[in-house]
Amino acid sequence: MSLNVDTGRVRRAPTPPRGSRHAGRKPPGSGLLARFDLRVTPYVLISPYFLLFAVFGFFPLAFTLWTSFQKYELAGEARFTGLDNYVKLMGDADFWNAVVNTVGIFILSTIPQLILALLLANALNKRIRGRLFFRLGVLIPLVTSVVAVAVVFTQLYGRDYGMINWVLGFFGVDNIAWQNEKWSSWLAIATMVDWRWTGYNAIIYLAAMQTIPKDLYEAASIDGATPRRQFWQITVPMLRPVIIFTVFVSTIGGLTLFAEPVLFNNGTMSGGSTGQFQTVAMYIVEKGFRQFEYGYAATVAWMLFVLILIGVLLNYSLVRRIGGGR
Amino acid sequence: MTTIAHAGRQRRAHARPSRRDPFAATPLTKAALLFTIFLSVFPLYWMVVIASRTTAQAVDVPPPLLPGGNLGENIARVFATEDAHFVTGMTNSLIVSSTVTLSVVAISTLAGFAFARLRFRGRKLLLGSILLTMMVPIQQMGIVPLYQLMVNLEWTGTLQAVILPFLLNGFGVFLMTQYTEQAVPMELVEAARVDGASTMRIYWNVVLPAVRPGMAVLALQTFMLNWNEFMWPLIVLTPDNPTVQTSIAFLTGQHTTDYALIFTGTALSVLPLLVVFIVFGRQIVGGLMEGAVKA
Repeated sequence: MSLNVDTGRVRRAPTPPRGSRHAGRKPPGSGLLARFDLRVTPYVLISPYFLLFAVFGFFPLAFTLWTSFQKYELAGEARFTGLDNYVKLMGDADFWNAVVNTVGIFILSTIPQLILALLLANALNKRIRGRLFFRLGVLIPLVTSVVAVAVVFTQLYGRDYGMINWVLGFFGVDNIAWQNEKWSSWLAIATMVDWRWTGYNAIIYLAAMQTIPKDLYEAASIDGATPRRQFWQITVPMLRPVIIFTVFVSTIGGLTLFAEPVLFNNGTMSGGSTGQFQTVAMYIVEKGFRQFEYGYAATVAWMLFVLILIGVLLNYSLVRRIGGGR
Repeated sequence: MTTIAHAGRQRRAHARPSRRDPFAATPLTKAALLFTIFLSVFPLYWMVVIASRTTAQAVDVPPPLLPGGNLGENIARVFATEDAHFVTGMTNSLIVSSTVTLSVVAISTLAGFAFARLRFRGRKLLLGSILLTMMVPIQQMGIVPLYQLMVNLEWTGTLQAVILPFLLNGFGVFLMTQYTEQAVPMELVEAARVDGASTMRIYWNVVLPAVRPGMAVLALQTFMLNWNEFMWPLIVLTPDNPTVQTSIAFLTGQHTTDYALIFTGTALSVLPLLVVFIVFGRQIVGGLMEGAVKA
């Protein structure tokens, strides 16, 4: 996704329009038509978005909530069953397995990704020849498609012919069946996510780094701060708003992870023989569109939202502490 | 003259102590950057290597490291694999992504203009509601009712089923609101009003020309996002009328071990994005960085 969202910014986004000294001045020819134009046209301009939202946003969300209280399957009528689905979900080991997988892959991918992106941005921020070349180079993964990434990496992680096992072989490691274990499949999927998004985050950090006043660093140098200390004590705290933004985006993206784990297992929803890398999004599709338990799938969908909410709030409160309290 | 130039040069030389400049890249930094570029490019290069080899060579150990001569043949094989409907998939993806992109840009510039530069009751509240919904992955959460809706409209398997839900893009409205605020001074809008221009005329003649760079960034991102969409087309489309992503997923499911075939399809699917990147790369980097600074 993209970058102009930032919680700090969001709060003060709707700045009151400037030039309010003109308020109340009627434009010439303020007949009925002109007044209609002033009063109604703004709503006309925003109406396409809100019409779309009503049909493809509000309706699906509300109806998902309603469906989640029903026993609703392919065969048979939908029947209101209250909280039954939710009760069933709480004791559903497959669901909790999917939650653990999703959160595990998310942590395994996001933390190294953002730290690497910070270091990479710091390196890109140095004076170096061929700046554009390096910036474009780190962004290249972004323009490949998710499916392409998943397909190529799945082949690279192949047990018998994959290049990664071949390279590990030089270090005396036996061929690993990456799909078979939780840790190895999570790691493989996390690298796919990281490969695609690290450069993108680095470019965003880089942009923010360039707005940090250089005299801060000069003053720190004079005081004898090492470059490493300057990085952690000046750069990182100054980047806090942007870091919050990237964490926010990674959380939503990471918790809805779908394409990579699906293609890691030939396009199936099961996430391996014992569901070792089945994510919540895959579980929704499996329940709703492979087993046609619509009501139950809707319940899982709402829990996914709750999961995202918890993730966003938790990460936000964690990241807010960066450089704070000093 | 000479003295001044000389003094200037001297001062510059002074301001840049060659060894201890903290902003100069050390050899270690350069090496790390080059290694990163290598990691970024390698999977793509590998894709081309396998796509240009025979099926048997694709599983050689040690792996082939240079491209072979079978690319043309493999492309022909991808096109000839009828059950994957690859050409249909490419065409569909082009139609879907461009339609969504054009519509999202139109919807977002209109709403962005209204939110940034027009005064109306409920403006803050409505804009706030858009920001809130940006946090909700609507197409994933509402996947069950959306599917029911398409079934009831008898739209499953059609392109409008993949296009319509993605016209809803709160991020686009937000981006264009920000961009319009920055690129179109209020005075300009008011001057146009005093001259008797209607709101639509101001949009067309004043706002649109000024926000063109913002539109370009939004267009590129929307196109990439939709070209990559996977979950929804997988559910609502049929295998005989796929998008390029679901077509490749089908290839990987049906021709599991034929990596030369799969990788050729994958390489072809990345091509449009790579072309966009090569042509607009500089603007993409610029747009991303500008957006980040505003944040």
